[in-house]
This record gives sequence, C-alpha cells and structure tokens, in this order.
Amino acid sequence: MNTVAALPPKNYEVLPKTSETGEPLGELLEISMGPHHPSTHGVFRMDVVLDGEKVVRLKPVFGYLHRNHEKIGENISYLASMPYTDRLDYFCSMTNNWAYALTVEKLAGLAVPERAEYIRVIMAELTRLQNHTCLIGFVVQDMGALGTPMMYAFREREKILDLFESVSGARMMCNYMRFGGVRVDVTDEWLAQAKQLVDGYSKFLDEFEMFLTENEILLARTQHVGVLPKDLAISAAITGPMLRASGVNYDLRKVDKYGIYSRFDFKVPLGEHGDIYDRYMVRVLEMRESVKILQQALRDIPAGPVMDPKTKLRGFRPKAGEVYGRVEGPKGELGFYLISDGSPNPYRYRVRPPSFINLTILEDMCLGHRISDAVVILGSVDIVLGEVDR
Amino acid sequence: METLEQIKARLEAALPQAKIEILANECAAGERSLLVDAASAFAVAKFLRDDAQLCLDYCSNVTGIDWPDKELTEKIKVKQVVDGVEKEVEEVKKSLRPGFLEAVYHLYSMELKHGPVVLRMRTVNRTDQTHLPSLTPLWRGAEFQEREVYDLYGVIFDGHPDLRRILMWDGFKGFPMRKDYVAPDDFEYEPTPHDEVLEQAKKHYSTEVKA
Repeated sequence: MNTVAALPPKNYEVLPKTSETGEPLGELLEISMGPHHPSTHGVFRMDVVLDGEKVVRLKPVFGYLHRNHEKIGENISYLASMPYTDRLDYFCSMTNNWAYALTVEKLAGLAVPERAEYIRVIMAELTRLQNHTCLIGFVVQDMGALGTPMMYAFREREKILDLFESVSGARMMCNYMRFGGVRVDVTDEWLAQAKQLVDGYSKFLDEFEMFLTENEILLARTQHVGVLPKDLAISAAITGPMLRASGVNYDLRKVDKYGIYSRFDFKVPLGEHGDIYDRYMVRVLEMRESVKILQQALRDIPAGPVMDPKTKLRGFRPKAGEVYGRVEGPKGELGFYLISDGSPNPYRYRVRPPSFINLTILEDMCLGHRISDAVVILGSVDIVLGEVDR
Repeated sequence: METLEQIKARLEAALPQAKIEILANECAAGERSLLVDAASAFAVAKFLRDDAQLCLDYCSNVTGIDWPDKELTEKIKVKQVVDGVEKEVEEVKKSLRPGFLEAVYHLYSMELKHGPVVLRMRTVNRTDQTHLPSLTPLWRGAEFQEREVYDLYGVIFDGHPDLRRILMWDGFKGFPMRKDYVAPDDFEYEPTPHDEVLEQAKKHYSTEVKA
C-alpha cells in the first residue's frame, strides 16, 4: 500500500485580484521571501504580494536575531556593554564602540586625549571604507554579478581587517575603544602600514569604478529604481548615505562636529535623484573623502597618552541623569540613549539603530517595481540584521 | 536655537490648554526635556514641527522607559512632647509614587541643523491605561520605533497606522523590557542543571517526572 508523503507547508498564497467595480482580473500571489534567502542580507523576511512580477505590497518582517540587547545592557555595567556593541552592526564594530564611548563621555563629562581622538577618527574612517566597499560588492552581487565584484571588495576589506586585528586582537569584534580614550596605542609601524593602505586605496577605487560606474547593466538596473523623494526621506528619519543620495545635506561629522572632525578638510557628497545609482555614487565619493580625512589624520597624529588617566573604568558610577549621543556611522546616525540612576548599571540603555529605521520606507520604494528590483533596493538600503533585530 | 523656557512660553501662548513642564537633568551634558500631557501631545508636536523658527522636521529617536511603582522615603522633623518636654523627633514618611510608562522623542531639525528638543509623554499607569497618541502621522520615522515601544513596553499608540509586534513574534505574551518582566525558565536548555536552575527546572517539569 502506498502512502502519500505529507506536502511541505506552503509559503505562498493566491489572492483574488479584482477591479474597482469588483470584476475578477486574475490573481495576485502572496509569497514569503526569506528569512533564508541569499539576497536578504541575513535572516530577514519580506511578505510580498505580486501582480505578475510587479510588487503591490511589501511588509518587512524581522526579529529572528532578536536577543534584547537593550535589556542585557540594563543588567550589566557600563564597561561590560562595550563588547556587546560590537555585535550590533558586526561590520562596523569600531564606529559602534565610538558611539557608545562618546555617549558615556557625554554623560559623565570625561575628556579624551588628543592622540586617542586621532586614532578614533582613523578607525572610524577605515571602517567606513570597508563597509562601503563591501556594500557595493553585495549590491552588485544582488544584480547578478556573482562572486567577482565581491571578491575584489573582500580583498580590500581583508587588508583593513588585518590592521584592526594587529591593533585590537580581533578582526570584527574589535572592542577597542573605552570611555576616556582607546584601549591600546598604535605603533609607528602600524601607522606606516595604514598610510600605505590609504595611499593605495584611491587606485583600488579607480579600478572598482572603471568596472562599475559606467557599466551598462548597472546603469539599467539602478537608475530611476527605488527613488526616495527628499521630503519623505526627512520625514522618515532616514540617515546616512541614503539620505544624502536624496539630496539632503546632513552629515553629523559636519553638523555635530563630534570628536575632532572640525579640523579636517572634506566635502559631503550629495545625490540628486535619490535612486539606487545615486546611493552607489554617494558611497563611492564618500570613500574618496574618507581617504582624504585619513591622509590628514595620519599626517597630523600627535604623540601622547591614549587614555585619560582620571577615567575610572571599573566601579564607574556616573551621576544621575540622561543623555543622547550620536555619531555618523557608515549606515547612518547611530545613537545611544542612556539614563543613569547613580548605580553601576544604566537604568535605561537604548540603541538608535540606523538600518532598522532606514527600513521604514522599504515598501514605498519597492511599490510598482519588479521583484528582482526589490532585491537590489533592499541591498542599497544597507542593513545588517545584528543591528536591525538587536 | 531658542532655550526651552522660550519654547515653553511660545507653546503655552499658542496652545493654552496644554500642560507643559520642563524636566531637569543633572548629568554633565544636561539636556533637559519637555513633559507634555498625553491629551495635547499631538498638537504640541505638530507645533514644534511646523513652527518656522524651530522646524523640527526630523524625529531621530523614539523610545520607551518603564518606571515601576516606587516607595519614596522622606525624613521629616516633627515636634513631639515626650515626658512633658518638647523635642524634635525625626519621622520617616513613606509615600508611594505610582508607576507609569514613558515615551521619549528626540527631535532635530535637518533644515536648520539644530536640536535636540526632547519631548516626553507619560501614561496614566502601567496596567490598563497605557494609551498615548501616536506621532507617526507627523513623522514617518516614528512608525517602526513606536511599534517597538509597543512590542517591548506595552504602550498603545492611538492613531498608529499599523500597530503590531515587531521584534517578538505575534503570539508572544508580556512585555520584555519592563523592569518586572520574568523570563520563562524553559527558554534555554541547560544540559546539566544545578543550583537555582535545577530548582527551577524541577518546578517546571514537576508534573512530567513520574517514575
């Protein structure tokens, strides 16, 4: 006797499509894209309703990586949260460290030595370089250029990660900064290596751009796709390269001038159309500006201590109060909101995750485009699920 | 940017029914905040967004805070007659501050590049009256963040277009960011339970263990 094997559960649904007067016009297909889909950049799911290939509804679903980072932060000391911030956006642990250190410094009124400020800028800009490089690799892969562009991107990223490893001991989870400075000093050899890498980076960017910027497929897939209008971008609290691609001049390195960014000469690249191509171009130009900042920082870095001797890391009890600190991370405004009640643990520890908030308008950008474009649009938002889900 | 006192004065002139209070902040950075009553919060927020001098078009950060019931102790000196002699005696007076949930909004201006103005609203209590007006119609950026506050704290935002759980799954019960939330003991499997975990596990599996 034959037994029929149970069918796997359906991950799609067919919905009736009707005209405004109620006549049947065919069928809409509701599919669940993800969470294990190679182009969703992690465990991310989209509930998509399709009319043929056209997207008519899209709801992002996430939380698969949720571990209640904020609750963990409330239950451990201020210092102990530092390595946890690495795991938020695991591509950019250095900027995460900086955002958290900056907020605690603001809360307790701590000073940072000159050399440490320079080291922080160097680390943050190196992080920006590798994040943007890899992102472009990912987006081009989403368009179907399997492997090669990402290999080139990862080759450059490896060099930067080698630098991170030699100074902090870890490639991705650097846990390098502390409130009041940085954990260890960099050596002169390290600075020389960094200088060599930075000087060679423009050449790599030229090469990267030669293959991509005027590439016919890239132009066809990205121009006028996923347009984000300026007023919607502001209202939806979009930050980072996505906001600037829509033509809003808002870069926290210029607006807040945190750290020592006021000393460097750099420009803020802006887009005009707010489509994927502008987002790509803004990132490329931003990398060229980062190279400029790095060259200035590596030239001017002074000698001296890297840690304020007055800072007490263990048994640290800031006065009661609350503070919101933010930095321009590679993905957007990364903020921390802390409330202290005078005890060794924060009363409230909140992360303002840029890629989580940048997902708000994903549906608006995808409507009317084809499902294959939705993949590229999602890629151009630049999300990391460790930060979206926290 | 104007000081909070000036903003408060202009708000009170424009919206006479609103109850606005400036909350102090004693830490080094000392950003003070505006506490607004829930009934007029939407009007206040709209004023802050549309006013030409403030133009707070960017709602950066939305978050919740849980303040459970707290016993406040106050020492008062009371005059008492002890054995015919009047003496000053210290008496400890205890009072209960009822708990509430709070929503905090950090507002900036992208147009004029200033900020932040910190706006706060409070619910009546933590159990049955946890409604606050949603500011998503004013700033789209609050959409996911208000959903998160609802998900983790249980604040119900009236007027939100799509108030569902966002990080936890749909069937989840409870609000994990509240201070009195207790995680179920069977969330993590412990291969060799001991001490507290063993006690908990025994309690949890007591009905199943039958030799």
